[in-house]
Amino acid sequence: MNTSIVQTRPDFAAIAAWIPQGASVLDLGCGDGALLGYLTNTRGVRGYGVEIDDHGILRCIERGVNVIQNNLESGLADFESGSFDFVILSQTLQATKHTEALMKEILRVGREGIVSFPNFGYWKNRLQVLLGKMPVSRDMPYQWYDTPNVHLCTLDDFENLCAHLDFTVLGRHVITAGEEINFMPNLRGSTAVYRFKRAD
Amino acid sequence: MRAQCATFDTPLTFASGFVLPAYQLMYETYGTLNADRSNAILICHALSGHHHVAGTYADQPKNIGWWDNMIGPGKPIDTDKFFVIGVNNLGGCHGSTGPSSIDPATGEPYGSSFPIVTVEDWVNAQVRLADRLGITQFAAIIGGSLGGMQAMQWSLSYPQRVRHVLAIATAPNLTTENIAFNDVARNAILTDPDFHGGDFYQFGVVPTRGLRLARMLGHITYLSDDAMAGKFGRGLRSGEYQFGYDIEFEVESYLRYQGDKFASYFDANTYLLMTKALDYFDPARHTGHNLARAFAKVEAKYLVVSFSSDWRFSPDRSREIVKALLHNKRDVSYAEIESRHGHDSFLMQNEQYFAVMRNYLNNVARKCSI
Repeated sequence: MNTSIVQTRPDFAAIAAWIPQGASVLDLGCGDGALLGYLTNTRGVRGYGVEIDDHGILRCIERGVNVIQNNLESGLADFESGSFDFVILSQTLQATKHTEALMKEILRVGREGIVSFPNFGYWKNRLQVLLGKMPVSRDMPYQWYDTPNVHLCTLDDFENLCAHLDFTVLGRHVITAGEEINFMPNLRGSTAVYRFKRAD
Repeated sequence: MRAQCATFDTPLTFASGFVLPAYQLMYETYGTLNADRSNAILICHALSGHHHVAGTYADQPKNIGWWDNMIGPGKPIDTDKFFVIGVNNLGGCHGSTGPSSIDPATGEPYGSSFPIVTVEDWVNAQVRLADRLGITQFAAIIGGSLGGMQAMQWSLSYPQRVRHVLAIATAPNLTTENIAFNDVARNAILTDPDFHGGDFYQFGVVPTRGLRLARMLGHITYLSDDAMAGKFGRGLRSGEYQFGYDIEFEVESYLRYQGDKFASYFDANTYLLMTKALDYFDPARHTGHNLARAFAKVEAKYLVVSFSSDWRFSPDRSREIVKALLHNKRDVSYAEIESRHGHDSFLMQNEQYFAVMRNYLNNVARKCSI
């Protein structure tokens, strides 16, 4: 079961590889709790998820994963500064409205942040824009008029934001169809996972 | 099922310093206690509740338990899996020792001589019932509103005796506004000429007017503006203004009916005592008003549930509980249920609420050897 989760969500494997045994983890926008469940089973993490959707809350509770029903946009006021080793935001960044504020909150609450998102700079997306259309793909399966994704970005954009916020990128995985992309990642990668912390 | 009575002859010292030489608790049980006694759930009632939490009695088919939609075979609190205990709090008026009980020292009802009881006192009284039933640790203690406070208090007074607390529509203490509402309710009773300083039993009267006013006020605060508007609107019983002070609006009719019904069976002294227990509950009182510090001793895992339209025990108050648990790195889940029924939501059927309860308790059951 654990294997199948990693197969359907290759970013999970990349995230899990960065999490040491017994770490404390806050998963923002944790959905059905699959990642937290996976990290609990394979890494013995002490974890909490934050989710707004009722269905996600039910699935998390069913899994026995700690979950707090809350809207990320209203901030992480319930969480104390420096209270987690890792704060994870997986495939949610692009759907947040106050993205910059949330990035700051991630490193207020966590010692390190891990963020994954669909790369808008992926060549297939660029091609669709070149052909005069907003991209629709497996990673971004929405039409422009009903998409939750309001802050899409490319790898370069994200790295610029980190620099602007004085965050140091500690690691990066770029993935397309489950394969790691090292050559021209901003063009050839469909999903990116970043690990970062505040610059010392 | 039938109600049972447990009598305790060891004196119980209250927070106020009062010593009750002996007392009895009414309780009911549902389901079967497993061999290692690990599947017991205690249900804590709110202001007007009692031990009859589910099902009916053989000779009273219409007397349905107050939380029957939640508790029973195959229900979210599943009596096929758990051994569920309902108990009437000390100071109550449903058979547990309270102001209307006979004081063996005088042969008269306690009345005004019955002491003010706190939530801590209730827990201390009930831990003896747990001992008697051979339950050293509850799988879960569950309560809404005042019952939620009691469930929390268990995890503070006896951290090792409870594995899970389900704290529903509750708060770490009452808001000023809530205390104010309670004071108005108490004043309605205290100023009723039939109250006789709490010793109305010997006069053969009941402070019905005060009690029904208290209930009417309370009832308004348990609902939401939306729910009341949806249920009654500005509906008139006769369709026309009557230019008088009789019952005209549907909501008046409803409130008076609720008030009358309540005043016909509930004890005025118990009402006073329950509201005072609500007002006094404040676990952070001894930790410099720091709830996180008060919760440092908690060992139980928590499920905290609130309802969007509950303005008496608002979601923000539940989040304070969550925050205190997070600070102490305790396992906690929090669900905020969308509902328009105000504080009463915790007693109503609601798909998401019931699924949250069911899913959480399924995991609790999985860890018991049933």
